[in-house]
Amino acid sequence: MKDKAGHDELPHLPLHIFLIIFVLIATYPILWVVTIALSGKQSLALATLPDRIAVTEERLVQNIPGLNDEEATAIVEALENAKWIDERGILTLKPERDKVAPLLPAELSKYAEPLHKDLMVCLAEPSTLDRLRAITPWPETFSLENFRAVFRDQPFGRWIINSAVIATATTILGVFLACTAGYAFSRFSFPGRRAGLMSFLVSQMFPGTLMLVPLYIIVVQWLQLGSSRIGLTLIYATTSIPFCVWMLKGYFDTIPKELEEAALIDGASPGVIFWRIVLPLAKPAVAVTALFSFMTGWNEFIQAATFMDKEELYTAPVGLRFFVGGFSQQWGYFSAGAIIVSIPIVILFLFLQKYLVSGLTAGSVKG
Amino acid sequence: MAGVVFEKVAKRYGEVSIIEGLNLDIQDKEFMVLVGPSGCGKSTALRMIAGLEEISDGHVKIGERVVNEVAPKDRDIAMVFQSYALYPHMTIRENLEFGLKIRKTPQAEVDRLVKEAAEILGISHLLDRKPKQLSGGQRQRVAVGRAIVRKPAVFLFDEPLSNLDAKLRVQMRAEITKLQQRLQTTTVYVTHDQVEAMTMGHRIAVMKDGKLQQVGTPLEVYEQPSNLFVAAFIGTPPMNFVKAQIRNEGTLIAAAKFALPVPVKLRHLTVPRDGANVVVGIRPENIVDPSKPTRGETAMIQAKVDIAEPLGHEVLVYASIGDDTLVAKVDPHRAPQLDSIVDLVVELESLHLFDAATERRLA
Ligand SMILES: Nc1ncnc2c1ncn2[C@@H]1O[C@H](COP(=O)(O)OP(=O)(O)OP(=O)(O)O)[C@@H](O)[C@H]1O
Ligand SMILES: [Mg+2]
Repeated sequence: MKDKAGHDELPHLPLHIFLIIFVLIATYPILWVVTIALSGKQSLALATLPDRIAVTEERLVQNIPGLNDEEATAIVEALENAKWIDERGILTLKPERDKVAPLLPAELSKYAEPLHKDLMVCLAEPSTLDRLRAITPWPETFSLENFRAVFRDQPFGRWIINSAVIATATTILGVFLACTAGYAFSRFSFPGRRAGLMSFLVSQMFPGTLMLVPLYIIVVQWLQLGSSRIGLTLIYATTSIPFCVWMLKGYFDTIPKELEEAALIDGASPGVIFWRIVLPLAKPAVAVTALFSFMTGWNEFIQAATFMDKEELYTAPVGLRFFVGGFSQQWGYFSAGAIIVSIPIVILFLFLQKYLVSGLTAGSVKG
Repeated sequence: MAGVVFEKVAKRYGEVSIIEGLNLDIQDKEFMVLVGPSGCGKSTALRMIAGLEEISDGHVKIGERVVNEVAPKDRDIAMVFQSYALYPHMTIRENLEFGLKIRKTPQAEVDRLVKEAAEILGISHLLDRKPKQLSGGQRQRVAVGRAIVRKPAVFLFDEPLSNLDAKLRVQMRAEITKLQQRLQTTTVYVTHDQVEAMTMGHRIAVMKDGKLQQVGTPLEVYEQPSNLFVAAFIGTPPMNFVKAQIRNEGTLIAAAKFALPVPVKLRHLTVPRDGANVVVGIRPENIVDPSKPTRGETAMIQAKVDIAEPLGHEVLVYASIGDDTLVAKVDPHRAPQLDSIVDLVVELESLHLFDAATERRLA
């Protein structure tokens, strides 16, 4: 077959198949989470496999004609003693026809044939279809109950609002400070410029957990801002600013100095030059830093868990942990919450997409 | 309207001196070209007029006012950059309006001025585009438009044509010259291209290593270069230089393998300097083939042809006499054979004589 451009279509087929498989593998875990969230249940499993049926006295009485209660008790006891069934009555092996009779007391061996038949029914292995269902990320029943419950039964709405407030504040504070600092580092030479840039870089070397103790001392003990949104905002801004400053400085460096000189001669003040010439041109870099700051505040767990010790001040990630920590195993709530938490980030990514590519590759290619 | 004056101006970066003792008087309505090789400090000089570089020493005056401490926006100047420096995120109209709006010009006036400037430069149809959507030549016009729209007292150009292709450069060269004649605005134009300097400027200031070498009309600089550097820098192909000695009581200039008689008009320079070592400069157009009509006293020399470069209307002949190589401009129909010995006529009254030690023109 040929397509319009005259290319052979067939060579693309393996590629497409490969890509489809790749996409399935890549999205499988996410689909799993979505399925759990939409199942309305709290279990981690995608579908419940049919269990083996318990061998009970009532069942035997019902299914074997002529069997009375005592006889049934004796049979169950015999099966248990032979370790064919466990204490719940579930078969542990596949019963063989010839071995049933020897197991039973002599007077009951007449029941061997119907008993074996019933045991085989109880054995009922899950079918291939059942097994396939168990790994297909598609809920048995659709239910938005988990989504409703996290807001109704759990203070998840509150936690989301906390996260939103803190992440937004972090973004505004972080981007503002990083823009001004990045511009200064890019354009002016002043004592301590190199040292400042280096210290920002070095601070990125250490994992955030290392900063936990000093931050705790400063924010909680000195500033008395423990368990407050302002405190956590400060902490997040502190962690995101070094990266943002470097990012923005690098971008400002690529904006020709002549533009500012032209504006200067045109009569613009430094403020006007910054706001009307430099910042609009740095939009891609600002978008990247804003997204980074927002994600720092939105996703972070350890510091939030350390600093926020009142339940009503939890951020969303800390709250999520609450669903599956300790004694609770509410994977349904957790999945629903996780999906809700990721939606704003996905939207932001889509929204800022066109800036992100140019922002991240800035400076690598001379325009 | 105003002139621009440099008075003993110096520019230093710490210990490094870029410009020293620059004195230059640019008249009102004059088109002054600063020309010199790369790194000679011409951009720096221009940027000191604009206020983009601090002045380490001396004064720069625009009109009657010393502007050393005046902010760029208050100097009543406009500048065109080599990179054009158009604001990429604004339309052409917004680019042109930017300076006016910042100066709080009423909107009606802004519209009128932008329209006028756009018409002068023929960019009216481009006003709603972004700079990215323009060709190099169009961007160039917009950059000039942004300068003229405010009607400043002084235009500053820093190599505005060097990003254009050769043909466009010739065209824009003429347009800028015409524009300056029409607007009668004092203009300082920086270039390293001596053809631009010759064709555009009322006067040329030649710079080298941060020092002014010569100021004069293009013709003065061409005909009376004040030292070896200027003589070599101005003119294509460059002037021929031959080391020689003044002999015979100042009547003969003797080079290694040939000698030229000193014409009567130049005797006043050579007679008092008998025995002195000089460098003789001869422009290629003053060495011609014998068939060509000549001016004044002449002398004939014989040289071996090394290379001949036909240019269409003439042929450049690189000919050697011993170790000295001379470039001559020869009629294309009389192009000589390679390695042949040819007769060449030198127009003696156009010789340039420079002191071999000081490299200054004999005067
Ligand atoms: N910030 C600076 N610090 C030290 N030296 C500098 C600085 N800026 C420029 N210079 C030096 O000043 C000299 C003159 O520079 P300028 O830009 O005026 O040269 P130019 O004549 O315009 O050359 P070009 O034709 O290449 O543009 C150069 O040697 C340059 O290295
Ligand atoms: Mg320059």
